[in-house]
Amino acid sequence: MNILEIANLDIYSSEGKGLVSDLSFSIAPGARLGLIGESGSGKSLTALAAIGLLPSQLKATGSVLLGGESAQQMLGSSERALNRVRGRVASIVFQEPLTALDPLMKIGKQLSEPLKRHQKLEGQSLQHAIIDALNEVRINDPARIASSFPHQISGGERQRAAIAMALACKPTLLIADEPTTALDVTVQAEVLSLLDSVVSARNMALLFISHDLAVVGQITDSVVVLKDGVMVESGSLHAIMSAPKHSYTRDLVINARLLDGALDIAQGKG
Amino acid sequence: MKMKSNRSFSLIIGLVILGAITLMALVSTVWLPYSIENTDGGRLSPPSGSHWLGTDKLGRDLVSRLMVGARIALSVGFSAVVIAGVVGLTLGLAAGFAQRWLDESLSALLDILIAFPTLLLAMLIVAARGSSLTSAIFAIGFGMSAIIARLTRLLVKRVLSKDFITASRASGTSWTRIIVIHVAPNIWPTLVVSFALQFGLAGLAEASLSYLGLGAPPPNASWGSLLQEAQATVMTSPIGAIAPGVLLVALVIGVNLIADGLRDIADPTLRRTR
Repeated sequence: MNILEIANLDIYSSEGKGLVSDLSFSIAPGARLGLIGESGSGKSLTALAAIGLLPSQLKATGSVLLGGESAQQMLGSSERALNRVRGRVASIVFQEPLTALDPLMKIGKQLSEPLKRHQKLEGQSLQHAIIDALNEVRINDPARIASSFPHQISGGERQRAAIAMALACKPTLLIADEPTTALDVTVQAEVLSLLDSVVSARNMALLFISHDLAVVGQITDSVVVLKDGVMVESGSLHAIMSAPKHSYTRDLVINARLLDGALDIAQGKG
Repeated sequence: MKMKSNRSFSLIIGLVILGAITLMALVSTVWLPYSIENTDGGRLSPPSGSHWLGTDKLGRDLVSRLMVGARIALSVGFSAVVIAGVVGLTLGLAAGFAQRWLDESLSALLDILIAFPTLLLAMLIVAARGSSLTSAIFAIGFGMSAIIARLTRLLVKRVLSKDFITASRASGTSWTRIIVIHVAPNIWPTLVVSFALQFGLAGLAEASLSYLGLGAPPPNASWGSLLQEAQATVMTSPIGAIAPGVLLVALVIGVNLIADGLRDIADPTLRRTR
């Protein structure tokens, strides 16, 4: 039974403009899927639809089943029903860690919210769980970070804290929406390898959203390519890299190769 | 560190000023140097040992009248802010969370209310209800509630559009919990400042209404009526106009300083200390 099963998903704006058309894909437990497309291709909307958080002025039809065995329909269900699967089954990491954390709440306090709610922890064991959660995302000096406000720590630390918050409810699916785009290149690589190892360690499924094929290639096994809300290609990463069928995918692959080639040359000379 | 001590400094100065005015108002309820109906002091007598700031053109003691005026200014400010807070916060929260038609009709209503200057709205209400202190309080309170409501709506909408709300909802937090832990703390710092400023403005609005003869009726001595009465004799006896004027300015400056200080306490991103 797939943990996320999207079938014939259509999303329209309030004026009736189609934003995502007839999108279908699924993620098996423990599998990793990359969703690639340029901005405006509907990839972030797909992520929000997967967790039942589409802005209310958008209309969506089709089916989004989240949760495997006792799957919950995420389109048009009550908030109460949605809150039962959110966090427990899936949670989300955003692009910009500065806005993904409440600026007026200390990191430790923010982390304690999902821990209290989903694991019923309190007192000393809650404090330990906060430090453990920060250790798991390889933050140096977790005690200092826990007692800091978001503006007092670095961008990389913020994104690690945001990942720790997403992991706090022990979800079986992690949705990462451009999680490395707002970071420095060196921090990007660290955050990617962190995501890679926590997803493996916890045997979670991963839906990784990016505009960058090179980044997606480092972390997922299969990809779905979106263009203007339509799926133009899907399959294993290997198949798409070696034999892209659609012209848009071919461009993506060529660009990724060019970048790799340039890096190789630069390394060879340096 | 230096910044922080400066800010606490402004809070302390503000509290001292407001405290002094409050003390005047409190003492006036149990003791006055002279009754405000006592006209034995002689017309327009200059400041002296028995009348510290002299008397007005009917021979009433100015200090006594200023003390009663402090009571009126504070009770109007406080009651008007409570009314504006209850009405404004309710409307603003409703509009902030509402979608489409409900939000649009509430916003249109607020825009209409804001298009009327508070003072004009207050004059309309006073004209309809007759001039009394309660009319003035209601008038000022309702006039200000539109401003509070629109500010609240804007602040709520801005917080709700942030990723951390989406992230919190994505982890299954209920709306009630989100309001308590995210929305309230994020809109609070700005609202505190706004309430403090509105408190000063309400005192000022009451003075304007009284100046126009639409506030508390005589012999109640609001600072606005004192100014209006002293207007005719400002050249011969300027103290009658200067004293209530200085007190009004002090009230507004005092609450502004408090507003500054409160904002810095409520908003940790402004604290640079570790």
